[in-house]
Amino acid sequence: MNIMKLSFRMLRRDWRAGELRVLVIALIIAVGGMTTVGFFADRVQMALSRQGNQLLGADLIIFSDHPLAAHYADEAKRLGLNVSTALKFPSMTAKGEFSLLTEIKAVTAGYPLRGELRISEDFSNVSPKTTQVANSIPSPGSAWVDEKLMVRLDLKRGDAIEVGAANLVVSALITQEPDYSIGFLNLRPRVLINAADLPATGLVQEGSRISYRLLVSGESGEVENFRKWAQSRLMLGERIEGIRDARPEIKAALERAEKFLSLTALASVVLAAAAAALAVRRFTQRHLDGCAVMRCLGASQGAMLRLYLYHFLTLGLIASGLGCLLGFAAQEALTFFLSGLVEAELPWPSVWPAVHGLLTGMVLLLGFALPPLLNLRSVPALRVLRRDIGMPNSFSITGYALGLIALSALFLWKAGDVRLGASVIGGFIAAIAVFGLLGFLLLKALSHMRSQTAGAWRYGLASIRRRATSSVVQAVSLGLGLMALLALTLIRDDMLQNWRSTLPPDAPNHFLINIQVDQLRPLAAFFDQHDMERPPVFPMVRGRLTEINGEPVASDEYADIRAKRLVEREFNLSWTDELQSDNEIVKGRWWKSGERGKAELSLEEDIAKTLGIEVGDTMTYDVAGTPFSAKVTSLRKVNWDSFRVNFFVVTPPGVLENYPASYVTSFHLPPEQIEVTNELIKAFPNLLVLDVANIISQVQKVIEQVTNAVEFVFLFTLLAGLAVLYAAIVSTQDERIHEAAIFRTLGARRGQLARAWAAEFAILGGLAGLFAAAGASALGYVIGEYALHLAYTFNPWIWLTGLLTGMVGVTAAGLMGTRAALSTPPLMTLRKI
Amino acid sequence: MIHLAAISRVFHMGDQDVRALAGVDLEIESGEYVSIMGPSGSGKSTLLNIIGLLDQPDSGRYELDGEDVTSLSETEQARVRREKIGFVFQSFHLVPRLTAAENIELPLILEGIAPAERKSRVNEALLGFDLGDRAAHRPAELSGGQRQRVAIARATILRPTALLADEPTGNLDHRIGAEVMALLERLHKAGTTLIVVTHDRELGARALRHIAMRDGEIVADEK
Repeated sequence: MNIMKLSFRMLRRDWRAGELRVLVIALIIAVGGMTTVGFFADRVQMALSRQGNQLLGADLIIFSDHPLAAHYADEAKRLGLNVSTALKFPSMTAKGEFSLLTEIKAVTAGYPLRGELRISEDFSNVSPKTTQVANSIPSPGSAWVDEKLMVRLDLKRGDAIEVGAANLVVSALITQEPDYSIGFLNLRPRVLINAADLPATGLVQEGSRISYRLLVSGESGEVENFRKWAQSRLMLGERIEGIRDARPEIKAALERAEKFLSLTALASVVLAAAAAALAVRRFTQRHLDGCAVMRCLGASQGAMLRLYLYHFLTLGLIASGLGCLLGFAAQEALTFFLSGLVEAELPWPSVWPAVHGLLTGMVLLLGFALPPLLNLRSVPALRVLRRDIGMPNSFSITGYALGLIALSALFLWKAGDVRLGASVIGGFIAAIAVFGLLGFLLLKALSHMRSQTAGAWRYGLASIRRRATSSVVQAVSLGLGLMALLALTLIRDDMLQNWRSTLPPDAPNHFLINIQVDQLRPLAAFFDQHDMERPPVFPMVRGRLTEINGEPVASDEYADIRAKRLVEREFNLSWTDELQSDNEIVKGRWWKSGERGKAELSLEEDIAKTLGIEVGDTMTYDVAGTPFSAKVTSLRKVNWDSFRVNFFVVTPPGVLENYPASYVTSFHLPPEQIEVTNELIKAFPNLLVLDVANIISQVQKVIEQVTNAVEFVFLFTLLAGLAVLYAAIVSTQDERIHEAAIFRTLGARRGQLARAWAAEFAILGGLAGLFAAAGASALGYVIGEYALHLAYTFNPWIWLTGLLTGMVGVTAAGLMGTRAALSTPPLMTLRKI
Repeated sequence: MIHLAAISRVFHMGDQDVRALAGVDLEIESGEYVSIMGPSGSGKSTLLNIIGLLDQPDSGRYELDGEDVTSLSETEQARVRREKIGFVFQSFHLVPRLTAAENIELPLILEGIAPAERKSRVNEALLGFDLGDRAAHRPAELSGGQRQRVAIARATILRPTALLADEPTGNLDHRIGAEVMALLERLHKAGTTLIVVTHDRELGARALRHIAMRDGEIVADEK
């Protein structure tokens, strides 16, 4: 109890003396960063999923091929969720004697639950000005049609159409539908009607091909609860989809965003850890004397340990608490950033991020402070008499092993991604080791040059050599801090620019499907006529998967819903000689140009995983009644969010040419040239035109907002970097004060000393700058490779920028930090207790 | 009270072994006033460190109050230091962030004495060492003599049987040094065993028993 009181008293005194500032700041940043990202990840993820859910029209949809049992809707309502239903089926729609196969969607009030349904009442002049958000669904007796139907049937507002046995009045033109799917099933012209008119159509009968949907939205936790509840009750023919199941493009963008964010957050925690480690090192050094005195007075090791343990536990709790507050405030700021993104209420964040934050702070502090503390308690009492006795093993790597292990464990637990956590920790340890070794060698080499230099440089080098260990520690930690700054400025811009450019403004936003061989030329001519670039065309052969390794495949053998659907549907097979630029081989090998005609195929990696297919397996397809077998020789990762034409299954040329093929292409059509699609449809009536502009703009919006989010989280990295820099600068302050006193007693003038130190800082800074450039490039590479799947182009300027920033910045900061050392009269220093 | 038999201590300096103590035998009775003198490197400080349990001999036997203390555990040694030995150093060695009163209080806290008793004992010590008006000052705000008085108050607050002083006046001017010595001698008269290490002849001469050392051996021992 007494020891605890003493400990608090010392803590207060240490705080007032400014001893703990760096440590506390580092902790606050680490905890603040972690909790912000914690709150953030929750909220961003929810916000982004909702963003994506706008494309689904709901947070969750239950699809069924039969009327859904009432308990689904009842349970959803009981959980306080919004519910709406939709029925979708193909049917002929007629105006007078003209009729067309269309896709009918009958909806109930509330549709869509997420996203916007935009309509125009002006049929002749559709522009953003004339469209508006539909606040309701079509009233009974009326129908809303899409542009395709309007063109084909030459509809005007007020025209009557027949849907089944019902006569409906066309009252609006649909310009944007939230749940407009990219799949092949939705290519028919669309008609939206009120579910109340369904009986009149007489189309809902036993055996009709109707897709029944229950749309659900609401607070995300409850939606998740509902999903769990419903999942276990699904009957044959029923399935649940959320955004992640439905949209590979959005899923890919979300995954990248999440990885980018976690990497950024982890980087700031590691930097803060470095700052904390430096601060604790300084703290223990400064408390060596006090410890020795107390040992002299008969304090046992246990008493010493308790004294400092209380000290640090209190400190850790206070600093972590402050960090949590900071994190909470920061996430409030974030909601502001995201306000444009989220249209519905975000649930209040849970307390878990705060708990994680507190734990982070304590793990960080105890991990890095305990080993030196354990050393501190065993400071030999004799140190009071012999200053040269330091403490045993004070700066050894093993001393930090506990901290690193604790931090790794924390990362793995928190990130839930072993590879990510391990690679960040591993990367930093490797960087520290390599930098340390390089620094040691470089300093050694430099000190050999000492005889060739003169004046201040000579003293600077001598000083670096004298403090070899702390010089290397200082250069490495300065390097880490600068790395954060370089990453923040150069790399971040490059990376985000790169990411944005994966979806440039002229990204393909229209797909053309079902092009016949004899249409290739006329189509090219059509593009020429309209001054548009001829887009690349890809052959496509449709086939049903029948056998894997000679075993027949049946959909009910798969438990996975996606696998079932894949097996039930037809695959699109294509052939090509060259691997597309947005594809990457992850297993096996791509064929060489000489391997034309070999029965090989390359499979998209997710599909392979879903179907349980490995390289070396043989797949057999039924293509227009003829079996086609080929061996899987490679697995590909496909960037679906590039919006280029891509195929799950690709073969070399000369394999599929004899099967009936059509062609597909994608091209960019500026919004103002929308009439080109109508001309296309008129000129090539069999073509299916798929407009994905809406989805593209959604993905672009996601990228834009995530970019803002990443910039915000980068702030913590920046702060952590600054904390490391500060900690590194002050880490040698005491030695310098002492050294200055001795030098000045020996007659060195203040200017001489300042110049010598400036030279020393310039060397350290230059070294740190080079480390930082290397580290930042590596970081860029890792983020590019791992999170964004982009090739990072190395920026050569980073080396020069790093070197100069390091030299100038560290010299300036260093001299400011040691000003006190220079201006303290030497006698005062030497006479200190 | 202090019984040293064949105490040896070797320091490794680079590739050289330096025999700081070469088989020292020494007997000091309770209540004695001993000065240990000798040139630099004679082993006098090492001897004091071993007596004060700050350092361990490489060989030999050390009994304090009949107890063999060389084989004690680290924690036990800490207890013995706390209860039986007080240190006074040339450079005072106060804890810079604690006030004069708090420095004096430290051993009482470590000994686990209740706050009320601590307070009265610290006040008593402050008055006894003429530090009443300096209680709330930090070491940096005290003069050299005041610092040494705080150090002595701290060293004696638990009433140790032996007070070990290593050049206690080395950092003080003559007049203040004399005052500090008078204070230490007053403590001796009150029954404390006083051992002073110094190379100041005048100072050494004030002791009642004079030990001279050279090259790690006792070369003279006069009462």
